[in-house]
Amino acid sequence: MTNISNTADTEKLTDAQERRRTRNRMLREFWFYFSENRGAVIGMWIFLALVLLAVLAPVIAPHAPNIQYRDALLVPPVWQDGGSWNYILGTDAVGRDMLSRLIYGSQFSLFIGVVVVAIALTTGVTIGLIAGYFRGPVDTVIMRVMDIILAFPSLLLALVLVAILGPGLLNAMIAIAIVQQPHYVRLTRAAVMAEKNRDYVTAARVAGSGNLRLMFKTILPNCTAPLIVQAALSFSTAILDAAALGFLGMGAQPPTPEWGTMLAEAREFILRAWWVVTFPGIAILVTVLAINLMGDGLRDALDPKLKRS
Amino acid sequence: MTKADTPLLEIENLTVEFDTASGNLKAVDGVSLSVHEREVLAIVGESGSGKSVSMLAVMGLLPWTARVTADALRFQGRDISNLTSSERRKLVGKDVAMIFQEPIASLNPCFTVGFQIDETLREHTKLNKRERRDRTIELFEAVGLPNPEDRLSAYPHQMSGGQCQRVMIAMAIACDPKLLIADEPTTALDVTIQKQILDLLVDLQAEKNMGMIMITHDMGVVAETADRVIVKYKGRKMEEADVLSLFENPQNSYTKALLSALPENATGDRLPTVTDLTFEQQANPEASA
Amino acid sequence: MSEIVLETRNVTRDYSIGGGLFSKQKTVHALKGIDLKLEKGKTLAVVGESGCGKSTLARIITMIDAPTSGEVLIDGQPVDITAGPLSSEMRRKVQIVFQNPYGSLNPRQKIGDVLMEPLNIDGSVPVSERRERAMGMLEKIGLLPEHFNRYPHMFSGGQRQRIAIARALMLNPQLLVLDEPVSALDLSVQAQVLNLLADLQDEFSLTYVFISHDLSVVRYIADEVMVMYFGEAVEYGTRDEVFSNPQHNYTKTLFAATPRADVESIKKRLAAKVA
Repeated sequence: MTNISNTADTEKLTDAQERRRTRNRMLREFWFYFSENRGAVIGMWIFLALVLLAVLAPVIAPHAPNIQYRDALLVPPVWQDGGSWNYILGTDAVGRDMLSRLIYGSQFSLFIGVVVVAIALTTGVTIGLIAGYFRGPVDTVIMRVMDIILAFPSLLLALVLVAILGPGLLNAMIAIAIVQQPHYVRLTRAAVMAEKNRDYVTAARVAGSGNLRLMFKTILPNCTAPLIVQAALSFSTAILDAAALGFLGMGAQPPTPEWGTMLAEAREFILRAWWVVTFPGIAILVTVLAINLMGDGLRDALDPKLKRS
Repeated sequence: MTKADTPLLEIENLTVEFDTASGNLKAVDGVSLSVHEREVLAIVGESGSGKSVSMLAVMGLLPWTARVTADALRFQGRDISNLTSSERRKLVGKDVAMIFQEPIASLNPCFTVGFQIDETLREHTKLNKRERRDRTIELFEAVGLPNPEDRLSAYPHQMSGGQCQRVMIAMAIACDPKLLIADEPTTALDVTIQKQILDLLVDLQAEKNMGMIMITHDMGVVAETADRVIVKYKGRKMEEADVLSLFENPQNSYTKALLSALPENATGDRLPTVTDLTFEQQANPEASA
Repeated sequence: MSEIVLETRNVTRDYSIGGGLFSKQKTVHALKGIDLKLEKGKTLAVVGESGCGKSTLARIITMIDAPTSGEVLIDGQPVDITAGPLSSEMRRKVQIVFQNPYGSLNPRQKIGDVLMEPLNIDGSVPVSERRERAMGMLEKIGLLPEHFNRYPHMFSGGQRQRIAIARALMLNPQLLVLDEPVSALDLSVQAQVLNLLADLQDEFSLTYVFISHDLSVVRYIADEVMVMYFGEAVEYGTRDEVFSNPQHNYTKTLFAATPRADVESIKKRLAAKVA
């Protein structure tokens, strides 16, 4: 409050400067609350490293993901007897370099996360907005359908959907998105119902706003905080579900270096060559953990209820 | 020093600071005050003046982000600045009780009001079940709740705001506290109910010889209840005076501004607004340079 | 006699509550036949305690809700919002300012957009002029041009209430419904906002419906006073009539309960305490 009047007295700012200032200030505030959560910061760095890895995969990876070195089947990692610097994390049963496959795999995992969240978010938010804004019978029908979807064990439903659509990475992503979208519907509906009765919405209505404008321009931007958190958390669920579908042979098909599919291919060597199973597993674990930690931090920073000031 | 001279509560140079995204915030800045038995002290100030925070600090009810420092915090001459949490619990609720602004939110919606008072009594007294029930009914009568026996099994949502505040008051006086802190007790209530609650508080205070601290922003409430008044602004004490001289002859420019802004004191077509900023400098000596 | 801006004829409003699977439907009569007439440039204060129906009345006058029965006439024209969307000309005539300055501004909207939104929706003002108008209004309410691009959370409660008033005035309404506009504000800020309202009323010859529970504010600002009690107007007349000679018992109770901050009554109280 005080610094508003101070800046007002001392200097006249141009629009652009003013806008930049506002944005910087909001970013600073966001970072203040986010960085209070140490785990979230670590999670964020891991996630950023992962994104970098995925983008630079062709540069970083020592080998192409699908080249089979016939003379180097099931070579152990470098620190074990028989390991070689050529294949740092060893090779799999058909002689492909594990490290390179894992690095390329991160591309798929991030891709899956982004696509699934994008599909689930857009459909879920739209449906939730309609349900929460109009209420009445529309709301009842939508929410009962969502309840039915939620009543299925999620992986089972995804499996059924993939069985109908046919196996493959794209269909798996669509299936996972359909399974996840009720969460967005519920969240959006609850947020919209809370915001709808606020005075600023009434004021916009009195100013003459129509339904569409009220829904998308007035109410929706104020419901984003819980949605961002949910998006971060379901990003990791999507990776996990995609890995599970891949493991069951219903997701990405071999020889795609998707982590879940890699696990499935390695199943029979689990006793002879621990590395072919362990490394994809660790990759999934670390990614999911990092994203979940980051999601926690986002909630701390974005949920106004948790803000202390 | 005789016992009567020892203030009930004595605070010297209390400071409370918070860390926020926009830097360090001094909510209370070097405030000293004391309350005696049978005295009503009103702390009046606008939002952000730190009037509630100082009392919450004394009660140890602030979140961990707050840094509280004071030269002395004494209750009946006893130092309370370094109490362990269990000692503090014994003090708060028994010798010092507090009532809050939102009566309905201050009661737990899951339990009957009878149960909640019973809980307080169980915590702080040695009464048995039968005696506690009788005591609760007695308290309900004292705070003027109709049909006290039926009220025992009522839930907070079944009662009006005024009735909930009566229950809160009953709970606060359950253990015969020596000091009652009322934090904006009537702000959420209608005018007619406010009158009843204020009358009740003042009557109880006189009857039980309690000290009372009335935190409020409303000059009307101050005029109707207080013996002595402290005016706060931006965490600092601006003026301390007995109630009559404060209204009759305010010394501080902020108090003057506050009183002249009351619509009932309006003389002309427009209300006088706060233009004399000397009090701003008083509250903020470093910034005025 | 000057022109009548607002008239209501026997307006009632019922709410049904319950009516779920297990409970019987109950009807609550929030308004029981309100008649009022308000001249241009005057201020009508509606006084009452929570639940007396004063906010329901505000919503009906602002054409947000429809009355269950009765007629509302704005500028002599009857209003029926159940028949279909209002014309933008009608919509423009009545605007509202709410009690809580923290809830009445969209937290994601910059002040400039808040002010320009009514113009953007209405569309009758050319795009090039909208910004200028918003800037002009900003200055009129005592804020600075550089506040144009700030977000609501960067302002104090009093400043936000000014912004809310400015937004309501963007479409040049004739009637402004003020729903407890100063009860969430500090005393010194309250004085500023009340002065601003008085200035604006003089400048634009606005008509106010001022809803409040604070009698001292009402006495200061109102020309006419209506006291409501459980959905009924128990007292309705000019300010001086109502304050000097209240008829209804409830009005008398209300006056007696209002805390007095004058030296005389403090002296009386202290004397009574000693005795």
